[in-house]
Amino acid sequence: MTTDERIVVTATINGEERTWLSSSRDSLLEALRERIGLTGAKEGCNNGNCGACSVLMDGRLVNSCLVMAAECEGANITTVEGLAEGDELHPLQTAFLEEAALQCGICTPGFLISSKALLDWKPNPSEEEIRFWLAGNLCRCTGYDKIIRAVEKAAEEMRS
Amino acid sequence: MVATPEKPNTDKPAYKVVGTRPVRPDGVDKVTGRAEYGADIKLEGMLYGAVLRSPHAHARIKRIDTSKAEALPGVKAVATHADFPKQESGSLDLGEGSANPLWLVENVLAGSKVLYHGHAVAAVAATDLHIAEDALALIEVEYEVLPFVIDVREAMLPNAPILLDDLRTNVRAKGVDTPKDVPTNIALHMRLEKGDIEQGFADADVVIEREYTTAQAHQGYIEPQNGTAFWNRDGQLTIWCSTQGIFSVRSQCATLLGLPESQVRVIPKEIGGGFGGKLTVYLEPIAAVLSKKSHRPVKMWMPRADIIRATGPTSATHNRVKIGVKRDGTITAAEVNLAYAAGAYPGSPVGAGALCALAPYDIANQRIDGFDVVTNTPKTQAYRAPGAPASEHAVEATLDELAEQLDMDPMELRLKNAAHEGGTNSAGQPWPRIGATAVMEAIKNHPHYTSELHGEDTGRGVALGFWFNGGMESSSSATVNSDGTVSLILGSVDIGGSRASLAMQLAETLGLTLDEVHPHIVDTDSVGWTGVTGGSRTTFAGGWVAYDLGEEIKKRVVERAARMWDVETDVVSYADGVITGPPDADNNPRSMTFKEIAKQLQRTGGLIAVSATSRRNTQGAAFAGHIVDLHVDRETGKVEILRYTAIQDVGTAIHPSYVEGQLQGGVAQGVGMALNEEYYYDDEGHVVNASLLDYRMPVANDLPMIDTQLVEVPNPGHPYGVRGVGEAPIVPPAPAIRNAIYDAIGVRMYDMPMSPRRILEELGPQNGSAS
Ligand code: FES
Ligand code: FES
Repeated sequence: MTTDERIVVTATINGEERTWLSSSRDSLLEALRERIGLTGAKEGCNNGNCGACSVLMDGRLVNSCLVMAAECEGANITTVEGLAEGDELHPLQTAFLEEAALQCGICTPGFLISSKALLDWKPNPSEEEIRFWLAGNLCRCTGYDKIIRAVEKAAEEMRS
Repeated sequence: MVATPEKPNTDKPAYKVVGTRPVRPDGVDKVTGRAEYGADIKLEGMLYGAVLRSPHAHARIKRIDTSKAEALPGVKAVATHADFPKQESGSLDLGEGSANPLWLVENVLAGSKVLYHGHAVAAVAATDLHIAEDALALIEVEYEVLPFVIDVREAMLPNAPILLDDLRTNVRAKGVDTPKDVPTNIALHMRLEKGDIEQGFADADVVIEREYTTAQAHQGYIEPQNGTAFWNRDGQLTIWCSTQGIFSVRSQCATLLGLPESQVRVIPKEIGGGFGGKLTVYLEPIAAVLSKKSHRPVKMWMPRADIIRATGPTSATHNRVKIGVKRDGTITAAEVNLAYAAGAYPGSPVGAGALCALAPYDIANQRIDGFDVVTNTPKTQAYRAPGAPASEHAVEATLDELAEQLDMDPMELRLKNAAHEGGTNSAGQPWPRIGATAVMEAIKNHPHYTSELHGEDTGRGVALGFWFNGGMESSSSATVNSDGTVSLILGSVDIGGSRASLAMQLAETLGLTLDEVHPHIVDTDSVGWTGVTGGSRTTFAGGWVAYDLGEEIKKRVVERAARMWDVETDVVSYADGVITGPPDADNNPRSMTFKEIAKQLQRTGGLIAVSATSRRNTQGAAFAGHIVDLHVDRETGKVEILRYTAIQDVGTAIHPSYVEGQLQGGVAQGVGMALNEEYYYDDEGHVVNASLLDYRMPVANDLPMIDTQLVEVPNPGHPYGVRGVGEAPIVPPAPAIRNAIYDAIGVRMYDMPMSPRRILEELGPQNGSAS
């Protein structure tokens, strides 16, 4: 049996410094959802295969289920809750709504974060590049068609 | 990529809201992470539950010792089968299918036997999930391992290991003798028969007979099953969960826990996909027992491996089809034999599979036999058009071979035999107005069908799909607010945009905008009984209710206006959100907007609140037709989908974007079933691919854009012509892909999925470019 130590972690989450008590066995996903109360990142598999738990860690796209909470000391983390600014939705959020790129919506936080990471890195991706980039995010409802179109639309919007 | 072709003109009236593409009412919550799904809940003092599962495919439980787990600090309760009251055999309605409580409780937590790898055996609630998981390792279970059977054909053999000692075959087939009173794995033998099958085959010029298998596939919803329960000291049980049917969860939990339904309240959370797999309870009753014992709320959700091992896949099947045709293409006879694995307990969708198998065609002489067979695999559950993909695949694939033998265009052959109004289905019931021919014509006329295909080893295939669509009961209520908006109270959970589609129908009826109707999904104590969100029934039945509510509100508003103006009601009218009466004494025209009268309701006799229930069964069948172009890589056996068109008779598309989305999502699941998705069992009956890496569902770069064509033939049995759309599109992908693979490389596939390995096997050693 693994020992379960209590640890104190401090990190910047969506621009706000947060300090919380974690178990040494908590993943970042568990810490976000069960300790901090940010449930936007979702658990679909808990082993890196679905992308529903995607967050940005120091600007890098990670599966938060594969990051230990203890590794986050001092890190800068962005979750779906941190995408919108003030009254303004992020262009990706608007495009997902307008293009009906979600049905059940459980994969949506992961797709939004993943797509943001893509567009931050490459503002003008081709359809094929979007498809390959998002291959780590599973959606079982939409067949991806409208998600790809939404990302294309947001990219266009953000370039203009 | 190709643009979606213009939809054909129909006799659809001019609507203001119906047919538009507004942003859904729950949209902002879902793109900002605020929407609360089942596992997002947090309650004061909440414990975390975890489930211990069987390491064996088939074993007798000799002893369970939970004492060490109970002693672990932080553990607050442990549950086993012994904590549930004894059940009588019976039938609980699950909306799509039913469950016998006797077996349902065994599936929730095994009693004397475990029947599949992953079968739940015991559960723990602790202050922390990690502690709960640690406690599971301390539970001692002594098993007597038994021989097991996974394959449906093997399970039907007389010497097969028996799963359920009391099971006897229920024969619902005329002319078949009741078998001897001996244990069996065959729970049901059913038969549908029409005409004279022997004569039919005697009249045929060409007869072919083929066998097909399909693999066990999982619904693959991304959100894990979850359930949170609080059993209060006053005996009231509250359950929060992500389910397709709150009333169904209520009745299942009440039955399994021996409570009156009135003591159980089910609060729906947002649901992250279901596809039929979230109708049955798994964790909810366990969380309830753990809460009763600990007096604290208990939250549970399933790890992905458990979801794959222990929640409802669809049946693995073995099917035989024999079809006879005349030289001119007339089908004279068809014989279909379906064997569906039910998993651990009876109840595969073989009945629906049988009814769907030949549905798109008018065949005078036919016989369909169906077998429901238990196997040492998880209990199957409904999965999008339950039972239809396997049986229709067998028929669509055989028709393609017949068309080739007759040297006929495959769509011509189908058109020649298309089901039509006035004909009868396999159960002998007459067809109402249906869109089979319309869809077949639409395929033939689609530019994709006649476009040129380029490149080596590329091929094109077509296939049809059919699903009945359900009606059933829905209830709702609505209140007119003083600001001129209307609150719409719903008992159907929103799995893919039903808040939008139902609010839009109420807005249309009242001449309001979607922004002026606020849909709310409430718990079992707050709305009338409503059936599950499934079977493609929600927009249909809920739409009827929304329409009825709207009509009732209009009537009351007109009455109120008449009273305010002191005129008879029959001289007051309501159109487009405006109430008009006769001119006043000074001959001034009199009218009020909905907003204006709403403001005055309270002072003129009170606010208006109405409720309605619909039990109509005028749904009407859905037909889908798909065209696929693909390329087969002879070296790797990999199939790449190049172009895909899904055509469907959708009745009226309330929100066309979500209708297209249903078609596209169905296609993606069908492609997964066709090409990759299956369970791998090792020689001990263990599922070895219980992860989302190894259970391979389509990802974004496996698919092209999926073009859709909505054929809108309004359903005459619905005020807005709605027909269910969700189920049918999962049916045609596999046969269309199979037919295209043949077109590409000349190989006929009989086993699904048509994975790279199987394609390489079929290509064989002579496969030129593989060397
Ligand atoms: S939950 Fe992290 S990748 Fe699936
Ligand atoms: S919208 Fe349901 S999984 Fe993507």
